[in-house]
Amino acid sequence: MADLVSYVIRKMLLAIPIILLATLIVFLMLYLTPGDPIIALAPPHASVVELDAIRDKYGLNEPAYVQYGLFLWRLVHGDLGISIGAATRNLDVSDLIVQRLPRTLELMGIGLAMSYSIGIPLGIFSALRHNSLGDRGVMVFTLLAYAMPSFWLGILLMLLFAVELGWLDIAGTTGGFGSIILPAMTLGIGNAALTTRMMRSSMLEVIRQDYITQLRSRGLPEREIIYKHALKNAILPVITVIGLDIGWFIGGSVVVETVFSWPGIGMLITTSISNSDFPVVQGCILVLAFFVIAGNLVADILYAYVDPRVRLG
Amino acid sequence: MSGKKPVLEIRGLRTQFFLREGIVTALDGIDLTIYENESVGIVGETGCGKSMTAYSILRLVPHPGRITAGSIKYKGSELTTLDPDLMRSVRGTMISMIFQDASTALDPVFKIGSQLGEVISLHQNTYEKGELEKKIVEVLELVRIAAPKEVMRMYPHELSGGMKQRVMIALALSCSPSLLIADEPTTALDVTIQGQILKLLKGLVAKTGSSMMLITHNLGIVAETCDRVCVMYAGRIVEDAETFELFEHPKHPYTAGLLTAFPKLGEKKAELSVIRGTVPDLMNPFKGCPFVDRCDNAMGICSKQRPSRVEVSPGHFVSCHLWSGGESPDGG
Repeated sequence: MADLVSYVIRKMLLAIPIILLATLIVFLMLYLTPGDPIIALAPPHASVVELDAIRDKYGLNEPAYVQYGLFLWRLVHGDLGISIGAATRNLDVSDLIVQRLPRTLELMGIGLAMSYSIGIPLGIFSALRHNSLGDRGVMVFTLLAYAMPSFWLGILLMLLFAVELGWLDIAGTTGGFGSIILPAMTLGIGNAALTTRMMRSSMLEVIRQDYITQLRSRGLPEREIIYKHALKNAILPVITVIGLDIGWFIGGSVVVETVFSWPGIGMLITTSISNSDFPVVQGCILVLAFFVIAGNLVADILYAYVDPRVRLG
Repeated sequence: MSGKKPVLEIRGLRTQFFLREGIVTALDGIDLTIYENESVGIVGETGCGKSMTAYSILRLVPHPGRITAGSIKYKGSELTTLDPDLMRSVRGTMISMIFQDASTALDPVFKIGSQLGEVISLHQNTYEKGELEKKIVEVLELVRIAAPKEVMRMYPHELSGGMKQRVMIALALSCSPSLLIADEPTTALDVTIQGQILKLLKGLVAKTGSSMMLITHNLGIVAETCDRVCVMYAGRIVEDAETFELFEHPKHPYTAGLLTAFPKLGEKKAELSVIRGTVPDLMNPFKGCPFVDRCDNAMGICSKQRPSRVEVSPGHFVSCHLWSGGESPDGG
């Protein structure tokens, strides 16, 4: 266990420079994107002096490194600045994010849970019945599910379950299960397909290993060999990509939230971009970057927990 | 051999692989008997069916292979037709196997103690933690592992090659099987460790009174460890005899070739002797003797008819046309 603890500490320390790098990139975004938000903020036909006064107010006349320092200083105090968008002017960005974040986390959480609870069993099923009709069926399904763009799939699901059958809510959130199932499914199905394929190929490889034959030669029940030994070994590649999956889900949530008018971070980003609301975009991206980094950290720790060999690295 | 009771009797065993390209006959009519308290060596070159014999005995022939003919009897009861659940209870308790490469034959993500405990609790119904730990320590001590309590808490990657092979032996012997199959148990190890492991195996087999089937391509190991030797070639047993007899009076030209090819200490040769040619393709069925193309003494009949197994002297069997006439070709 001591090696696991030192591994976790090492990984956490490594995450610090990555987070710093993320803040730097987000900070620089302001300089690298076209358009001047100050123009949007100032009254029409404002003079150069007036514009300069506004810049002064936001600290934009300081040298870049001072601004970055201030940006970091405010960040560690939980201050992400204030919104400059028309509808949300002068509201705290952190308040806006805190309001929207739970919705996105909920959507991503259920989507992730769905993709693993479909992908892992389906992959095992496919591997154990390698080349059977069932296996081929699963492979065709995964190919289709992975290839379908999520905005199109979302609309199809809406048509079927909400419009035709009327079982589920068409869009938005009522807070109930009926409203989250369609967006979560849309978000999760591509990853479910990917997980199925990874689990299948990994399982196929593991069940041909010497140690599986060795366990059979000891008379262990097949059930125990597959679900205890083979599964624990075969799931490792799936764990490695959990971090990547989270990044993928964040990208996907922007699209899915728009299609389903889901009031999460993804939709906040889309509206803020069209309103040139830089502080909100910055804040959202920073928070999402933080979640990607945290997700990768969790995946690394989980991997080390399951596979003792990586703790040494 | 008449006074001894057989542990394992194999008659006419055939194992075939059904591939898209055709049928590969990996084992073609194996006859083999292993008696109580006996160590039998199986020698032959790579791909001759040594390991497949072991897998067939345990009924663990990998897909798409299967046993297509013959019988395997363990203490009189037939294994080839045994119910899968009963077959599972034979594995580990009655017949156990040690694998060639211990570094790939141990599950990398479970601790040594957990892997041993699993087998012990399965076959001995020991589930109480303290008692189970005692038994694990006992069996690790049996294979001379120093500090068994620490090793129990280690993962396979934390052990050296020799230690891993000792753990493999502990796993195989944990339920005192009557027959231990050791598939090249020392091939993956350093020469210095090889000797230790062999000595340990030999001692443990003698102590527990089990029989051993030792698969190897190393004649030196056979000479040191086994009471009897079977020489395999292209899926058949071509000669079997007591170790001393076989080394002194090899009858089959292949055995003779193997013995000359094995370099001896203190002997100076300008060139190592080799057996010319290569093994036949097991996908193409051959009518006669599989060794015919490489044999210096081949006769007309050799490529036409399969030689039958004859007893040339008590306990010494050979399948070769040179001997099936009852006469020796060179008067020897």
